[in-house]
Amino acid sequence: MPAVMDADRIGRSLMRIAHEILEHNRGAENLALVGIRARGVPLAERLAANIVAAGGPSVPTGSLDITLYRDDLMRYQVGPQPILRRTDIPFSIDDRTILLVDDVLYTGRTIRSALDALIDFGRPTSIQLVVLVDRGHRELPIRADYVGRNVPTSRQQSVQVRVLEIDGRDEVEVHDAEVTS
Amino acid sequence: MTAAVRLRSRHLLGISDLDPSEIELILDTAVAMKEIGTRTIKKVPALRGRTVVNLFFEASTRTRLSFELAEKRLSADTMGITAAASSVIKGETLADTVRTLEAMSPDIIVLRHPSSGAPHLLSTFCHSGIVNAGDGMHEHPTQALLDALTIRERKGRLAGLKVAIVGDLMHSRVLRSNVLLLTKMGVEVRVCGPRTLMPLGLSALGVHVTYSLDEAVKDADVVMMLRLQHERMNGMFLPSLREYFTLFGLTRERLKHAAPDVIVMHPGPMNRGVEIDSVVADGPRSVILDQVANGVAVRMAVLYLLAGEDVTP
Amino acid sequence: MTDVTDVTNAWVLKNGRVIDPRSGRDGHFDLRIEGGRIAAIGKDLPTDGVRSVEVPAGFVVTPGLIDMHVHLREPGQEHKETIATGTWSAVAGGFTAVACMPNTDPVNDSASVTQFILKRAAEANFARVYPIGAVSIGSQGSQLTEMGDLRTAGCVAFTDDGHPVATALLMRRALEYASMFDVPIIEHCEDPSLKGDGVAHEGAVASMLGLRGIPSVAESIMAERDISLAELTGGRVHLAHMSARQTLRAVRDGKSRGVKVTCEVAPHHFTLTDEALKEGAGYNTNLKMNPPLREEADRLAMVEGLRDGSIDVISTDHAPHHADEKALTFDHAPFGIVGLETCVPLCIDRLVHAGVISLSRLVELLSCRPAELLRIPGGTITVGAPADLTVLAPDASVTISAGALVSKSKNSPFDGWTLKGAAAATIVGGRVLYTNPAIPGAASLTPSWEN
Repeated sequence: MPAVMDADRIGRSLMRIAHEILEHNRGAENLALVGIRARGVPLAERLAANIVAAGGPSVPTGSLDITLYRDDLMRYQVGPQPILRRTDIPFSIDDRTILLVDDVLYTGRTIRSALDALIDFGRPTSIQLVVLVDRGHRELPIRADYVGRNVPTSRQQSVQVRVLEIDGRDEVEVHDAEVTS
Repeated sequence: MTAAVRLRSRHLLGISDLDPSEIELILDTAVAMKEIGTRTIKKVPALRGRTVVNLFFEASTRTRLSFELAEKRLSADTMGITAAASSVIKGETLADTVRTLEAMSPDIIVLRHPSSGAPHLLSTFCHSGIVNAGDGMHEHPTQALLDALTIRERKGRLAGLKVAIVGDLMHSRVLRSNVLLLTKMGVEVRVCGPRTLMPLGLSALGVHVTYSLDEAVKDADVVMMLRLQHERMNGMFLPSLREYFTLFGLTRERLKHAAPDVIVMHPGPMNRGVEIDSVVADGPRSVILDQVANGVAVRMAVLYLLAGEDVTP
Repeated sequence: MTDVTDVTNAWVLKNGRVIDPRSGRDGHFDLRIEGGRIAAIGKDLPTDGVRSVEVPAGFVVTPGLIDMHVHLREPGQEHKETIATGTWSAVAGGFTAVACMPNTDPVNDSASVTQFILKRAAEANFARVYPIGAVSIGSQGSQLTEMGDLRTAGCVAFTDDGHPVATALLMRRALEYASMFDVPIIEHCEDPSLKGDGVAHEGAVASMLGLRGIPSVAESIMAERDISLAELTGGRVHLAHMSARQTLRAVRDGKSRGVKVTCEVAPHHFTLTDEALKEGAGYNTNLKMNPPLREEADRLAMVEGLRDGSIDVISTDHAPHHADEKALTFDHAPFGIVGLETCVPLCIDRLVHAGVISLSRLVELLSCRPAELLRIPGGTITVGAPADLTVLAPDASVTISAGALVSKSKNSPFDGWTLKGAAAATIVGGRVLYTNPAIPGAASLTPSWEN
């Protein structure tokens, strides 16, 4: 299965998004990036670097584990609980614009969980959503503000995002059958 | 050591049932849970709609409160039943009490019981997950896990450390769970206490047994003091508390032989002036209050991990 | 003694392999039974019109087995066992007679209780029952019972079983007094202060399970006291349910000095150790008995004592308890397990097939010696004696099912064990009371007029 995004394309998308963020938020004052674990976290860190490279300010970055907010937790008794990782938001989110970063936007349920989790941390001015891939099939009224690439898929397909920091390479693939990772 | 991805059992009966990777999993999960306690809103919806019963047949303040707080922070519905308020005093058996409770479909039962093996008895017929919150003189697994979390936090590791456990070893479930956990994780364990209160079989677990506090404490990275029950004088175990403190009480002077960065632990409640001098208990080497904070995180981790295990319909 | 003699029927038990250690018989013989007694023993006895029953090949006819340590629970604890259910359990286990312990409610410390037991046993009409009286009134350890009266009423021994004879002085007096009637004192060896509130053998297993221990010396220290007192008085002391190797050592010492000391061991003490407490979820209350399951060294010592003859008797310490009583935590559950129906398979499998002892030696342990110690009939097959016989199937394989035990209580730790060897049939007073449905061919031992 050919990659729908390679390293180069991912890199250019993240730089474009950094520019769009600066543009939309008129200079990125009072912004903060929060990556959703696992692959949203390195993406958020790269965006922070790109914003600086694009002439913007240094933007604080945190990581969010949404496991404890999932709506499918313990719904299906099919396997172990997801491994819980540490949430690390080393700044107040009150009165900031939060850029929530994830790798893939699909049903919207992960983002719903992330919004619940974020709001437990305070009252941001607004929350904007950044995703590397939007594959469609939303089940909740959620849309992304910044998208790396829209990839039309069927529900039977799966989208595999790999990032250098976790997987050793940057790549987005679409698979026809379910892939267990 | 790599952490497991799940617990093999839907009960936590004792450390004896856990392998090192499961212990790592619980501790790693507890680290993540601990962050929740630093938030303004110290609550997550993970166990929303789940019911946890705290069934305590023995007086307990800190363990019961710690479990309750853990359950509430995970949004579980909790019920507490203590022996004095229950039908136990009317002669109902433990099994009947629990069957009655089970008719209300709790997901997890947290049990504290004065009889060793009580949670094991329940596990033979209960549909709910059982968490052992202390059974007789047998095990107190969440205490050992919170102790391990505290040590790992302060020392960065478990393997290779020297840990001295001092006190009434014979009657202590904290001792048994800690010895099992620490030896599994590669810790050098020394135990120390009066010969009359020394249980059999510790040497076989690779534990060094001594009756000299100085020998136990020498170069120790961790000194864990256990509570001495006052009623031990009745069983002809000890001549007096005064002599006990002289021989086995931890003072600043005796702590000098430990490693320079030694930490002092105590599962509580403490008998100041019996097993530990207040100067040490409240001193800079004491991590006793960390233990309390870590207790909530460890219990959240255990409840979270068990709640995901298969539940028999 | 109950009289279960059948006076009407005559029949011949044909061509069975007979093992009778006291007469030295080990070979194929016919046994003619008439009026409930052995009428003739020989080869090719004439059947002269009476019915005859062929013993299937591989079966062994022995003197009726006698269990000299059984708790029948009646009077007072009929929810656990009754004299009827207990003696039926005995028969189902191959026993033709049992001696029953006095720790009933009321305690068997008076002739009226003894007579009650014998009346109930006669009504049940299964295994013979030999009551054992209490040493002290109420087994309270202060005042001797009327042993003469009890002896006349039918008691064959005295004990305060469940507890030791409380003081050295009381034991001395009991040994002296009982010796007038040539009756043994059966002792439950246990130093109460060392036992404390222990519930399991004091060792590494109990320690790690957090169970309070009962040290081995709690037993042996009392055995040593009693052996010294038997030496002093010349009385006969019989040590019940021995479990510790230190006790066996004391017995050997006593015997070598000529002290009239004998002892018994229960099957669980030569087949199990405290390690079993860790199996499964752990804390199986059907592994809780007093004395407790001890260590492998003790188990091996018991096996050796059986092999070398230091141990006189195998008895079951059959101690039925209701399932509700055993469904408690380990420390609160009562001590004891049922044993009548599991004894023979355990003995044949673990002792005979394991090469420890011969079948003939097993018959001594389960029949000859109990009869001799209690001075009761049986223990040998002789013309004129009641026809109490056990037919063993040493090579038959049986699987023990606690739920299928005929005892009123099912508290056995041997549930699910598959063992080689069992009782095929039990004959009391010439009547075939029981044939084992699990053993092929056993049913053919029922004479055609019985059902």
